[in-house]
Amino acid sequence: MRIERDVIYIFIATLFLMVAIPWAAGQLSEDIFFEWPFFFEVAIGGLLAGVMYSLVALGFVLIFKASGVFNFAQGAMVLFSALTLVGLNELGLPMWLAVIVTLIVMLVLAIVIERVVLRPLVNQEHIILFMATIGITYFLDGFGQTLWGSEVKILDLGIPSEPGFYFGGAILINDFDLVAALIAGVLVVSLALFFQYTRIGRALRAVADDHQAALSVGIPLKHIWVIVWAVAGIVALVAGIMWGSKLGVQFSLALIALKALPVLILGGFTSVPGAIIGGLIIGAGEKLAEVFIAPLIGGGIEDWFAYMLALAFLVFRPQGLFGEKIIERV
Amino acid sequence: MIYREAGEFKASYREDMAILPIRQDRWFMWALMAVAFLVIPSIASEYWLGTIMLPFLILALAALGLNVLTGYAGQLSLGTGGFMATGAFAAYKLATAFPELHIIVVILLAGLITAGVGILFGIPSLRIKGFYLAVATLASQFFLIWMFNKFGWFTNYSSSGVISAPPMTAFGDFFVTGPHATPVAKYLFALTLVVFFAMMTKNLVRSNIGREWMAVRDMDIAAEIIGIKMLPTKLKAFAYSSFLCGIAGALWAFVHTGSVEPLAFDVNRSFQILFMIIIGGLGSIMGAFLGSAFIVLLPILLTNAPHLFGLNIPVDIISHIEFMVFGALILFFLIVEPHGLARLWQITKEKLRLWPFPY
Amino acid sequence: MHERTLGDVVLEVRNISLSFGAMRVLNDISFDVRQGEIRSIIGPNGAGKSSMLNVINGFYHPQEGTITYRGETRHQMKVHKAAEQGIARTFQNIALFKGMTTLDNIMTGRNLKIKSNMLLQAIYWGKAQKEEIEHRKKVEEIIDFLEIQAIRKTPVGRLPYGMQKRVELGRALAAEPDILLLDEPMAGMNVEEKEDMSRFVLDINDEFGTTIILIEHDMGVVMDLSDRVVVLDYGLQLADGPPDEVRSNQAVIDAYLGVSH
Repeated sequence: MRIERDVIYIFIATLFLMVAIPWAAGQLSEDIFFEWPFFFEVAIGGLLAGVMYSLVALGFVLIFKASGVFNFAQGAMVLFSALTLVGLNELGLPMWLAVIVTLIVMLVLAIVIERVVLRPLVNQEHIILFMATIGITYFLDGFGQTLWGSEVKILDLGIPSEPGFYFGGAILINDFDLVAALIAGVLVVSLALFFQYTRIGRALRAVADDHQAALSVGIPLKHIWVIVWAVAGIVALVAGIMWGSKLGVQFSLALIALKALPVLILGGFTSVPGAIIGGLIIGAGEKLAEVFIAPLIGGGIEDWFAYMLALAFLVFRPQGLFGEKIIERV
Repeated sequence: MIYREAGEFKASYREDMAILPIRQDRWFMWALMAVAFLVIPSIASEYWLGTIMLPFLILALAALGLNVLTGYAGQLSLGTGGFMATGAFAAYKLATAFPELHIIVVILLAGLITAGVGILFGIPSLRIKGFYLAVATLASQFFLIWMFNKFGWFTNYSSSGVISAPPMTAFGDFFVTGPHATPVAKYLFALTLVVFFAMMTKNLVRSNIGREWMAVRDMDIAAEIIGIKMLPTKLKAFAYSSFLCGIAGALWAFVHTGSVEPLAFDVNRSFQILFMIIIGGLGSIMGAFLGSAFIVLLPILLTNAPHLFGLNIPVDIISHIEFMVFGALILFFLIVEPHGLARLWQITKEKLRLWPFPY
Repeated sequence: MHERTLGDVVLEVRNISLSFGAMRVLNDISFDVRQGEIRSIIGPNGAGKSSMLNVINGFYHPQEGTITYRGETRHQMKVHKAAEQGIARTFQNIALFKGMTTLDNIMTGRNLKIKSNMLLQAIYWGKAQKEEIEHRKKVEEIIDFLEIQAIRKTPVGRLPYGMQKRVELGRALAAEPDILLLDEPMAGMNVEEKEDMSRFVLDINDEFGTTIILIEHDMGVVMDLSDRVVVLDYGLQLADGPPDEVRSNQAVIDAYLGVSH
């Protein structure tokens, strides 16, 4: 992959600002506590959270690449898969079996979505498909909670969640975050490899580039769509397990997934590396801002900071960091 | 048999360019207005006026606003709730800081302030399009709600973060907000404003600016090449759209609920309004009203329907089922009739024109 | 075909070069357009004809060269400026506003001439209404001219291809342009439709005195209609002159018949 020079500049500028602004805030304001170990602790915590954002964003990218559909329902899929998993587990299925059944459920869901929603809407404008996925979102949110209830459920994977000290005891990191980030990282890398090096992966990319052309060389579109939605479903399940065991399985999971949207506009809708780097920047930026800037302006800026950050990026790169530039022609 | 345009000849472009060129349509509209202004206030119960007609009208106004932006100008927005909140809080600040201002002035100014905010958040639309823009509008949604929650100034430092409308009159003793306002008064006040702005909107979309909006929506490059300036055209759409949303928000806070917290305008409100225009019909004035009626009535129907069948379903399950039904309906409309209820209405009229001899 | 004396030069492009990244689309192209003439640009697919039009109306910005229009010389046009100064065009792939009616599409062509502000338009009273009606009259004249009365209120997305081409021409005419750029107005048409379209082009040129720059593949049509012809091939200018001269130019014949170089 060839990286444009602009991207590198923006990247370096971002890194610089991420360090400089907290430092300056610490120097200028009494209310801001700034010390280097603390800064790194916050930054690393943010990066680890960012990996989780990447995971959700990856689901979006997969579907967008292969079908041009901006899948707003990715968050609902995270919630739905987590609810199903915990629900099955509560019904008495052992965890491993519940995971398998949930995977099957997500596959069935992909087939149903392809049949019921995508196929009738093929060749419609992208914006119509986008709104259709909002419909799917509402349906899944309602369906999942009707089926499994809406009270907060606990998902215990047995990962220790005590904070541990690293780097000679200077920096405090939550072990759970570390494990989650590791799992997410493995998944992200394997999906990137899958996309790049397997036959199905290449077919997926072909479909993304041109539906007609892909059809004409014999790639069955509907299979591809089912596969890609199923893969996105699996990604959603992993994200659901990770987020769910951290925060409990509840409706707010669907909202956390909204955080993946700024990751996408930052990284570009079509780029797997973009989703990863975008997630890291958003995760770290958000945490740093919350700790080092928010106290100055009233706190609680997590709700919108990621969006504003992404928006600021768009001013410089309307297509996102790694998105493809569109040459318009008439 | 009755609905015919045959035999009606237009002698001038002025007649041909009227909003409703067909005579029966005009009669229908006058009849509808008579029902809305005279019949409904005299027969409808307080419950009907307060919990159905008022939200229907006010949300229809917001839907009208979003429809200008999304349906006519093609700029997808998920920030409607934020703009409604802006209108509500602007109206509150104006009404409390300048108690002598007339409510109409307060509401119009609140609309203008919201229009300014709308322009601000519309600026990125010049650089970014489609999904990127949709996500960017979410930024305004979250930011605005956070701002109203966070800074006490907006609520005059009320500890609960709730704003309450001071009692205000439209004229004389005719209270339209506060405890003395009757549901009929509130209804008539909202109705008058909504009808007025619906007319204005109709005029705009059939004029040059409306054509420019649609041109940008249908093919922005071609629009630019025939001389339409992107930035002013898009910003006008953002401004007018958020003007209407702001007024809707002010009406919601002042006339409908009387007191409101920022949460009433969260992202779900934005989706609700978006659903209205999808179901009602993108790019249609009528659609905003049909969609609003549908979305306001549906939950009431869903809540009451199980009782009719003697079922007793817990409230939280009903709210989940409501989600499902909304989702399914959105999908249904997008797949079966992407142009929404307004299009169905159109088709019915076309059939009626030929009825009973379709050939 | 017709021997005419041509007017003054109204538009001149000089040494225009345009590239996208490493791809050179136009290479040192120079020609002029005289008042009231029908000027054709021909060449095989990918010769850079449409790109040339895009340079003239400011949609593409050339890296080198100048454009002189109305006595002003500049390196590039601005899209909006070009429209304001009377350059209108049609597109190779129809670029109509699909959701709007024929009438509205053509009315849009008059957007630069409508002066009422937004508030007046919202009230739709007095000046705004009078203006709308005035412009409607003009648009009706165009509709009559192009013989599309029957489809006045049909959304253009539902019209057949040939009709859409006509509506697009109508939209360009509505701006009352000084120069009309026509990008393959007859592509994909049958003989009858081509004849109609040729008649419209000639009438526009005759009746309104509009200068026309035409891209067309049908050589018969080009040779019949044009006063002068520019020939492009892979971004290079092969020839420039009256139809007869161009027809007998060896380089042109080679390019069209594909002689190996």
